[in-house]
Amino acid sequence: MAEAQVRPFNINFGPEHPSAHGVLRLVLELDGEIVDRVDPHIGLLHRGTEKLIETKTYLQAVPYFDRLDYAAPMNQEHAFALAVEKMLDIQVPKRGQLIRVLFSEMGRLLSHVLNVTTWAMDCGALTPPLWGFEEREKLMIFYERASGSRMHAAYFRPGGVHQDIPEQLVRDIGDFCDPYLRRMDDLDRLVTGNRIFKQRNVDIGVLTQEEAWKWGYSGVLIRGTGAAWDLRRSQPYECYSELEFDIPTGVHGDNYDRYLVRMAEMRQSIRIMKQCVNRLLTTEKTGPVSYTDNKIVPPKRGEMKRSMEALIHHFKLYTEGYHVPAGEVYAAVEAPKGEFGVYLVADGSNKPYRCKIRAPGFAHLQSMDFLCRGHMLADVSAVLGSIDIVFGEVDR
Amino acid sequence: MEETLKELGDYIVAQRAADVVGFEVAYGELNVTVQRETIVGLVQWLASDPSTGFISLIDVCGVDYPQRELRFDVVYHLLSPTRNLRIRLKLETDDVTPVPSITSILPGADWFEREAYDMYGILFTGHPDLRRLLTDYGFEGHPLRKDFPLTGYVEVRYDDQQKRVVYEPVKLAQEFRDFDFLSPWEGTDYVLPGDEKAKDAPKPEQKSS
Repeated sequence: MAEAQVRPFNINFGPEHPSAHGVLRLVLELDGEIVDRVDPHIGLLHRGTEKLIETKTYLQAVPYFDRLDYAAPMNQEHAFALAVEKMLDIQVPKRGQLIRVLFSEMGRLLSHVLNVTTWAMDCGALTPPLWGFEEREKLMIFYERASGSRMHAAYFRPGGVHQDIPEQLVRDIGDFCDPYLRRMDDLDRLVTGNRIFKQRNVDIGVLTQEEAWKWGYSGVLIRGTGAAWDLRRSQPYECYSELEFDIPTGVHGDNYDRYLVRMAEMRQSIRIMKQCVNRLLTTEKTGPVSYTDNKIVPPKRGEMKRSMEALIHHFKLYTEGYHVPAGEVYAAVEAPKGEFGVYLVADGSNKPYRCKIRAPGFAHLQSMDFLCRGHMLADVSAVLGSIDIVFGEVDR
Repeated sequence: MEETLKELGDYIVAQRAADVVGFEVAYGELNVTVQRETIVGLVQWLASDPSTGFISLIDVCGVDYPQRELRFDVVYHLLSPTRNLRIRLKLETDDVTPVPSITSILPGADWFEREAYDMYGILFTGHPDLRRLLTDYGFEGHPLRKDFPLTGYVEVRYDDQQKRVVYEPVKLAQEFRDFDFLSPWEGTDYVLPGDEKAKDAPKPEQKSS
């Protein structure tokens, strides 16, 4: 028997593997320890969200968006709310916009801190997730204080946000910012220069900017290749155009640059949050948080106790819902993982005719084969960590 | 914004008159209706022409209109980072007519086309690997079609006797609840439930005491 006769090896990675970040099954074809082919099998968490939304009114569709990328729930709702608002042609009042931006940036922190720390865990570090989850817990409590729910908030609704937030909550969020930056410095000292983390990630999973565009990349992954592309800047929605922040970019387009971009983005998010807190406590201290027409946004409970008209509006909005004019729109937000878009086709009734959810993770995950081919087996989990997958949004 | 999009639409129609059926600008977005057969050439041109530069694939999806002869729309969303514009291309097809795949130009379309095949049964020619993507292994039917019931046809459970997961036809413990909340004062062009017998039903006899 010839010495070089080596049998190619097929292994299953997942669906239950701690570094598969959910329910991913990868069929890996190995030549020794070199990856020849990656075939991701997804859909194990497919719930038919798009089909379900077609049978619900516009308001009833909102909670489904929390359950997509459950690491940053409110950013998803935001895209849907923007799509519906675009069709109805309504404007959210400034205070509502600031609250939305504030909570979107908190979603970005939630997602990035989860990704960076668990990715470090995939590479062998145990401490970062313990530190990171402590901060996530604080952020989730802010979510709970605003919406009553730690994760599935249903807080951003077409027209604005569901309820105003108390002043004390805004102050507490402001107090959260600086200690968080110190925690970021701790993480920086622990992970950024770490020899093992660098060995596992520098020059792994490299791709050029041109390839990244073709593969439908967005968000951190496109910025990691050097493109200063951020929807908050290039196609601003809400009041992002009035806020100051920088767009960090990478140079090499490898895993390590994506890590650095995420870390820098978290600092920018804190910067945005501070500006929002400042404005919510001074110039926009009072005012409506959602569109004031009761044909779209239900009246407040106190009003319903006194006004018959408000009661009728409330009843109609929670049974029939509002009608959206026929047409089609695409609205996208810069979600933590990339461009999260909603393509909405309306037929003039109270339910969407078609609601296509464009999830960034879906576009990123399909290039696993492209990114991992020729790498070692151990690099697969590092690449998977770097592209930041959450299965709720990939499988929908 | 509207004017830029209109100019772009005019430019595309002027340059690629054979591939394009027409365009409109609605809700601040450019919709271009295109020919099915030449979609690959058009996407290639949109990606390479310096004054368009649609090099980023955002989305490919299907939409179902069962009352039409060609029941499916295939909708492409492309993004031009250099011009900071988006475009939507639409073409019509049915469940037997294949659409040329654009994966050779924009490889990111791979899974999006697989998903459209999985959910609607839209066929793509030239796709490297047109398998089902999101549904179960061995799944039958195309769930996002309008004639596919929301509950589906089969349900799964673990059978303790056979020691494996078994597939069974869906059993609903109660009838599927589909409420009609549309206001009867506006917009109903159908007979209200319960009203269908109102005209021809004989009037109940009056009881005489």
